[in-house]
Amino acid sequence: MSKNKTLKELEEQIRQCVKCGVCQAHCPAYRHNRKEGDVARGKIALAASLLDGKVGLEDRLEQDISMCLMCGSCVHKCPNKVATPEIVGAIRREITDDKGLSLVGKSVSTVINSKPLMKMLTKGGSLLSPLVLKKVPKSSGLRLRFPAPMMKERTMPDLPFRNLFDRIPEFIEGEKDKPVVGFFAGCSITYVYPQIGIAMIDILRKLGYSIHIPRSQKCCGIPALSSGAGKVVEELAATNSNAFGKYDEEHIITACASCNGGIGEYYSSMKGIDENFTEKVIDFTVFLKENGFIDKLAVMERWKEREKVTYHDPCHLKTQGITKEPREILKALPNIDFVEMENASLCCGLGGTFSVYHYECSKAIGAQKIPGLEQSGAAKIATACPGCIIQLQDVINHAGMEVEAVHILDLIKEAFAGKA
Amino acid sequence: MIDQTVVAELTDIVGSSNVSMAESDRITHSYDATKEQFLPDVVVYAETTEEVRRIMQLANARKIPVLPRGAGSGFTGGTLPIHGGIVLVLTRMNRIIEIDSDNLIAMVEPGVVTADLQREVEKQGLFYPPDPASKEFSTLGGNVAECAGGPRCVKYGVTKDFVMGLTVVTAQGDVIRTGGQTLKNVVGYDLTKLFVGSEGTLGVVTEITLKLIPKPEAKKTLLVQFQTIEGAARGVSAIIRAKIIPTTLEFLDGATIDCIREISPIPLPPDCSAVLIIEVDGDPQLIEKQVGKILEVIEPLGVVDVRVAETPEESEEIWQVRRNVSPSLRKVNPDKFNEDIVVPRSRVPDMIRALENLSREYDVPIVNFGHAGDGNIHVNVMVDLREPGMETKVHEVMEKIFGAAVELKGSLSGEHGIGTSKARYLGMELDPATIVYMKAVKQAFDPNNILNPGKIFTDPEELQAPV
Repeated sequence: MSKNKTLKELEEQIRQCVKCGVCQAHCPAYRHNRKEGDVARGKIALAASLLDGKVGLEDRLEQDISMCLMCGSCVHKCPNKVATPEIVGAIRREITDDKGLSLVGKSVSTVINSKPLMKMLTKGGSLLSPLVLKKVPKSSGLRLRFPAPMMKERTMPDLPFRNLFDRIPEFIEGEKDKPVVGFFAGCSITYVYPQIGIAMIDILRKLGYSIHIPRSQKCCGIPALSSGAGKVVEELAATNSNAFGKYDEEHIITACASCNGGIGEYYSSMKGIDENFTEKVIDFTVFLKENGFIDKLAVMERWKEREKVTYHDPCHLKTQGITKEPREILKALPNIDFVEMENASLCCGLGGTFSVYHYECSKAIGAQKIPGLEQSGAAKIATACPGCIIQLQDVINHAGMEVEAVHILDLIKEAFAGKA
Repeated sequence: MIDQTVVAELTDIVGSSNVSMAESDRITHSYDATKEQFLPDVVVYAETTEEVRRIMQLANARKIPVLPRGAGSGFTGGTLPIHGGIVLVLTRMNRIIEIDSDNLIAMVEPGVVTADLQREVEKQGLFYPPDPASKEFSTLGGNVAECAGGPRCVKYGVTKDFVMGLTVVTAQGDVIRTGGQTLKNVVGYDLTKLFVGSEGTLGVVTEITLKLIPKPEAKKTLLVQFQTIEGAARGVSAIIRAKIIPTTLEFLDGATIDCIREISPIPLPPDCSAVLIIEVDGDPQLIEKQVGKILEVIEPLGVVDVRVAETPEESEEIWQVRRNVSPSLRKVNPDKFNEDIVVPRSRVPDMIRALENLSREYDVPIVNFGHAGDGNIHVNVMVDLREPGMETKVHEVMEKIFGAAVELKGSLSGEHGIGTSKARYLGMELDPATIVYMKAVKQAFDPNNILNPGKIFTDPEELQAPV
């Protein structure tokens, strides 16, 4: 039996939509295209019609259903909290069942278990991007999100020679009286930005925790979910929840908002998933706040020369109400001056595999961040999701700006390392 | 009605990507906030006045109904294609053409979202007051078609008070211009006001000239809790009698407060059975004085608690109480019948009493809140339609509510319009002769009855939908 909810099982939610239209104000795709099929209300109407047998999986419907970043902004503001991303996911799975996986979906499902190959590829030879990504068709979610040949214009970061797992042991012993925490790294941190993972682990070490970074962890499943590969999501959910538990970890920390939305939020909507796992999932900003780490930052001596840094809310944190914690960290950091930007909470436009199918729209959504960013005068834009970093940097590059997109953990690391 | 040649001609006008007869597109353009659904035959997205003109010419020649559509967030069925035809979507005509800070006007296309315009003009120290609850997604074209209101109308007036001129494509495909850019203008009939609130039955608005005012320097928000609804209603009258016109003067009745008591960011104790949310704006010194005066005149009316917001955050907290209302109503019952009757402001207490009596008489919960300052009450009859006979009962209650409003020299609708959902009650407010003249206007502008047919007037003989 499927662990993902089917469309039929979401029927009660679907009928909860009162068609008020509030979602129009918050949907990044609708704000760009201004077409009813793009917005949650339209998709829910289609879902209801599918259930009533009034419409089939026709091409136009498929297009409308593909026009969703699954960012959850609509749910966040919906008076009845109708879970549109879940509904869209369920329809995409029906389309997949009906017509088979799309090209992009296929590549993920066939190669999901070939991590060794990915490892080898990042180690070997030329590491110039985007050439590298062309050579890395075997990564789980990454390959799905950034298939270089399909997106010639996208600018990509260089891939590092050694990935995160090459650089750290699977278990790090901490202080005796401190519990064990797990770290779920996710594909982007493991392969593209291992330094973010290292920074996280350094902080956990400083705090005295023992850290479990299981090698058996895999992609969180968000890209697969986004492309309708239901079985892949199920496999990943099972693998990831089994990867942890050996050390009875107190928390499973993520430093990627999408991964948090995947292994925390989405898994808990699935049937038969271990609650003991999903309940332990915590975003690093929340974890650091609970541990009083922010107070430690606040008492550090402030640097004489500080850069202006602004913040971009990743959708998967914003929709879970995690907006204060990242800002508190940034305000406490001694090496920067935090400035707010207009439209900080607008989606960056990446949206799982959305940007693969709709790169132009994705870019246009991302470009809406630019005026606010320019006005803020920030030299860096920090966020808490590597996916957002890749997208924001691409959008900034296309706008010809000098601003650098960074992870909050990069800035914390800098604060402790001192000026280079 | 819609054959291949029509589709070919539409495609010629707007391009193939902007015309669709696909089932899914028809479904996503079949509804509005009434939740009713009627499938159109074809969905067309237009981006210029010229495109709209050609579409109307074609539709008129072929006698095809045309439904202009913005955000589709109306509450009375204004955009429902009840006779099929063309849904003409204007959301992509969303340019702010000009903000003229010398003449205090803005020129916009109809698809501009209300709050987007407000944010833009406020950057220049200007202000566009009408603020329907849906302002974050409703379009100005829709606001004009329905003559939208909002809380701030107590002081500033409704959409029609800010529309100076329009470009309209008529049913026959003529482009006409009404009003202009001057405050004074008495040349010919005032067609501008005729189109505002005409619910898309007289023409398709493709350009709007709006009046702006300077942005008020400061504002102050108060939340006052009363022991009784009478106390709150008398508070409204007392404030107006004290010659203070607040920006907003919102009230929540006891049933409403019961819905939000648990989630309210501001504690609402059990002895509070009515709330007024009062906002004043303008010169900082003047509003201080106004707040003092307001507190003085309401003091003897059974006040439980007063909260005056000192910071924008505290003000936001007060408005959060108001915003909690709509989503919480379904706690009472699953189905909501939401009407927006209006009575002269001095009659608000009488109307509330009438509503309480009806609620008791028919044994249905009626939850009331809204714009007490202008007498516009949002009446929500909360029922469970699964109960046998409930549908008939609701309509009976509705009719009684409208009757009571008209009796008190009020009106069926303050800001939502008539559309399909109130058409059957039109005769309760308008006498037959008035309706005849209104229909004559419709006939003059739209002889083939192709623009939004079946709305406002229901008399089937004179306004038969084309087949």
